[in-house]
Amino acid sequence: MLEVRGLRKVYTSRDRTVEALRDITFSVAAGELVCLVGPSGCGKTTLLKCLAGLLGPTGGEVRVEGRPVSGPPPGMAVVFQEYGRSLFPWMTVAQNVELPLRHKGRGRAERRRLVAESLAAVGLAHTPDAYPWQLSGGMQQRVAIARALAYEPHVMLMDEPFAAVDAQTRADLEDLIRTLWDRTGVTTLFVTHDIDEAVYLGERVVVLSSSPTVVQDDLPVDLPRERDQLDTRAMPRFTELRTRVYGEIRAAQRAAGRPDGA
Amino acid sequence: MSVGARLRRAAEVVALPVVLLAAWWVTSDGSESFYFPPLREVVAVLPETWFAGGADARIVSDVLPSLARLLTGYGLAAVVGVGAGLLIGSSPTLRALVEPVLEVFRAVPPPATVPLLVAVAGIDDLMKVLVIVFGCLWPILLNTVEGVRAVDPVLADTCRSYGIRGPGRVRSLVLRSASPQIMTGLRQALSVGIILMVISEMFAASNGIGFTVVQFQRTFAVPQMWTGIIVLGLLGVTLAWVFRAVEARVLRWYEGIRSAHRSGG
Repeated sequence: MLEVRGLRKVYTSRDRTVEALRDITFSVAAGELVCLVGPSGCGKTTLLKCLAGLLGPTGGEVRVEGRPVSGPPPGMAVVFQEYGRSLFPWMTVAQNVELPLRHKGRGRAERRRLVAESLAAVGLAHTPDAYPWQLSGGMQQRVAIARALAYEPHVMLMDEPFAAVDAQTRADLEDLIRTLWDRTGVTTLFVTHDIDEAVYLGERVVVLSSSPTVVQDDLPVDLPRERDQLDTRAMPRFTELRTRVYGEIRAAQRAAGRPDGA
Repeated sequence: MSVGARLRRAAEVVALPVVLLAAWWVTSDGSESFYFPPLREVVAVLPETWFAGGADARIVSDVLPSLARLLTGYGLAAVVGVGAGLLIGSSPTLRALVEPVLEVFRAVPPPATVPLLVAVAGIDDLMKVLVIVFGCLWPILLNTVEGVRAVDPVLADTCRSYGIRGPGRVRSLVLRSASPQIMTGLRQALSVGIILMVISEMFAASNGIGFTVVQFQRTFAVPQMWTGIIVLGLLGVTLAWVFRAVEARVLRWYEGIRSAHRSGG
C-alpha cells in the first residue's frame, strides 16, 4: 500500500547543507496500523511531508498503491500536528469536514451523510455548527480526524497529532484512533515521538535513528488487538516492547553523540 | 449584551457629538461673522436646500449622482485591486517585479491626477470615476497582496493534500484568509474615495455634492454652503456604518478567534 525505498532528503541553503533523511526504507501493508517513532529532530515531519507528496525527496522513492508519489496522492488523507492551523477558521465544523468532499465531486446527499457519519464517529455529532476556535484543542483534532475519515482515504497519515493536547485528552484520542482503525480498516501511518504511544497504538513500530536518519528497527507489536489504557499498559509484554524501543532510541542518540536528544 | 449595557453604549457613542453640536450651537448663536453663521441659521435652511422640490430636490439631483460615481469607482477599484492583488500576492516573481512601481503609484496624491485625467477623459462622469478608481485602487491592492502572502502554510498544505486547487482554493482558502487585510484596504479606500468624489466634483462638474458646495460658496450663500458640508459629513458617517456592518459579518470568524485568544482559550 505504502512503500518507501531509499528515501533521502537533503536541505541545501546558500552556506550549508543539512542531511535530514539519509536512507529510509520500509513499507506499510494494506489495512495495517503502523507507528513511526523517532527522537525529536530526527526529521519525522520531513519524512511525512515526503510521503504525503508535499515535499520532493532528494533521492529514493515513495509509492502509494503502486504509483510513485510526485504530488499529493488522491487516496491519502493527512492529519497535521497543528490542529489549530489546519482547520479553516472561517468555516464551521461541518463545513470543514465537507470541503474536501466538494472538491472530490461528491453529491450533496452523500456529502451530508459522510459529514454526519464521520462527526458521529469522532464523538462530535452535536457540534456541526460550531467554529473550530470555539472548541478545545482535543475537539479540534477530532474535527481534523473526522475530515480525514469523511474523505474515505485508502491511506491515512498522522503527524504527531496529539503532541499538543493534555494527557487525558491524548489517551481518549489514542483509543479513538484504535477504534476507528478497527472499524474501517484504513491503512494508517502514525508518526510520534512518544514511545509509549507508538507501542500502545501500533500493530508495528518503525524506529527511526537520530538525524541523519535511517530506519533503526522495525518490530511487530504482539499485543492483543483489543487495547485498554490501563490493562495493556500494565502488561509485561508492553513494558518489554517499550523498553526495547527506548533502548534503541537511546543507542541511536549516543551514536549521534547527542545523549539528551536535543 | 443586556438592555442596560446597550443603552450605556448608545449613550457613549452619542455623548460627544451632542456636546460638540451644543457647543457649536451656543457659541455661534450670536455670530455676526459672514463666513461663520449661527448653526441655527444653517439648520433652518438645510431642509429647503436639500429636500425641497420633489424630484428636483438636491438629494436627487446632486447626492445621488455623487453616490453613483463613488460606488462605481469604489466597486471597480475593489474588483481590480483584489483581482490584481491575488495574482501579485501568489507569485513572488511578479511581486518582486511590480512592488516598487506600486509603491510609487501609491505615493502619488490622487488629486494631482485630476488635471491629467481631465485632459485624457474629459470632464464627464468618466473622469470622476477614474479619479476615484486611481485613489482607491492602491490601498486595496497593496493590502490584498499582504493578505495573500500571509496565507498559513499549514492550511496551504491541507488544501494541497486534499486536492483543493484552482478557483476552489482561491475561494475557500486565499480570499477568506486574506479577508482581514482586504477589509482594511477597503476601509482605507472608502475614505479616500469620498474625498476624491468631492474634489473631482469641485474641479469640473454640473452636479454633485462637491459641485453644490462650490456653487454656494461662489454665490455667497454661506449657510447653504455649510449645509453641504454637513450633508457630506452625514454621508461619510452613514457609509462608514454600512461598511462596519458588512465587515462585522465578513470577519465574524476573525473577531471570534481574537476574542477566544484574549480569554485565554
